[in-house]
Amino acid sequence: MSWALDALSAVLIGAGVLGFFAGTVGLLRFPDTLSRLHAVTKTDNLAVGLIVLGLMPQVDGVGAALRLALVWLLLQASGATVGQLIAEVARRDGAPPAEPAASGRRDRGPRP
Amino acid sequence: MTAWFDVGLALMALGLAWRAIATRRAFDSTVAFVIYGLVLTIAWVRLGAYDVALTEAAVGSGLTGALLLGAAHRLERAPADEDRPSAPLRALLAVACAGVALGLGAVVLALPQVEPLQAVAAASAAEATGLLNPVNNVLMAFRAIDTVLEKMVLFAALVGVWSLAPDAAWGRRPGRRFPPAAEGPLTLFARVLPPVGVLIAAHLLWVGADAPGGAFQGATILAAMILLVRLAGLADAPPVSSRALRLLIVLGPAAFLGVGMAGVVLAGAPFAYPAAHAKAIILVVEFAMLVSVAATLALLVVGPPERAQAAP
Amino acid sequence: MAALMIWAAVAIAAIVAVGLVRVLCGPTRADSMMAAQLIGTGGIAVLLLIGVAAGAPAVVDVALALALLSAFAGVGFVLGGARR
Repeated sequence: MSWALDALSAVLIGAGVLGFFAGTVGLLRFPDTLSRLHAVTKTDNLAVGLIVLGLMPQVDGVGAALRLALVWLLLQASGATVGQLIAEVARRDGAPPAEPAASGRRDRGPRP
Repeated sequence: MTAWFDVGLALMALGLAWRAIATRRAFDSTVAFVIYGLVLTIAWVRLGAYDVALTEAAVGSGLTGALLLGAAHRLERAPADEDRPSAPLRALLAVACAGVALGLGAVVLALPQVEPLQAVAAASAAEATGLLNPVNNVLMAFRAIDTVLEKMVLFAALVGVWSLAPDAAWGRRPGRRFPPAAEGPLTLFARVLPPVGVLIAAHLLWVGADAPGGAFQGATILAAMILLVRLAGLADAPPVSSRALRLLIVLGPAAFLGVGMAGVVLAGAPFAYPAAHAKAIILVVEFAMLVSVAATLALLVVGPPERAQAAP
Repeated sequence: MAALMIWAAVAIAAIVAVGLVRVLCGPTRADSMMAAQLIGTGGIAVLLLIGVAAGAPAVVDVALALALLSAFAGVGFVLGGARR
């Protein structure tokens, strides 16, 4: 059983590292501020979530695993909040929206 | 592998420190300083100093960031300082700063190669106090008088900050007022996070007896929670003339000092604990300090009373 | 397994360190802030990996404190620098 758990951990941690890679590439290469924000907030959620899931089988006891999960939950809450606040600043500083509403997505663009 | 990691950490710390002092915009400097704190936290972990890493994490990412951003905000509003110091004066300042840095480096290199603070003695004193964490043994038993004086320094710093209040504002609520924000992500966050923060602060205080953690780290986290609630406009600080607030601030130092003096009678020396109840007494003192230090740190960041009119 | 975790920690540290470019170059304050946020998240992941690899629960506590306060700088940036 333990080799299966180790393999699972390795796959999840590897995927988490890829998530960080994707987030950083997005941060560096995406064309405008709000798109870059999109890339960064995905990292907070997904990449750390994968790492935490990968580490959970490797710690002793439920308490230690729950503490790992708490780290992830706290990062989710702060990532979501700071993402909103940064978007507010970006809009106030005059960053254009990623795409005009013509794409048909139901996003609320900057209100007049 | 890990050696390269450590070299990378050291280079990042140096680069960010340079950025923090070399950039001319206060905002950029603060961002660099906050990331520098994170790099230092990881560096302390790599050095095995988990207690220090915990303090750096709590102070660096919680309080100093808020303090520096407040200062940067004030500097942006203040009229720009036009008169640059003359070139010879700047050269003199650079030489003086470099001299201090080199002097400190020389002192560190010249330290005698003996066990500092008798670490072995502190580790072997666990039976006497019931605390398995050698760092807390040093803080609460071996060098208790230093720890009391550190709390007194915090108290004196708060008196210093409050003494900057203009006469018209004295006795009123400290700091500038954050208007109650419209219901939004920040308000929700400032309601959800503090209970978790209180839980983690209590956890750090409790595990501090046997593992890295302790009253100061817990207090720093509590102070950050208080500041978050204030930033979100959910609550304001009490007026500095409030009797309850002042009792809260002196509770910790008074309890520590009282227990220390009682040691003369109960255990034969100042800051000695009766052996049978050492752990319980230390926990009570630490809890009192947690509350007082949290209030003091938060008030230090908030600043002196400055609102001449009572808040409506 | 511990070796793999250390490798992952080094990889993540190297990856997010590249994000420092955005802190240095901006162009907007929002870009600096989100790069700082990403580096903070990366630092927490590095600490979790190092802590579990070394079997040191105290390091997970350090990560917990950082995660709890990770929004703090961001909130300060927005309110201190930008609100009226």
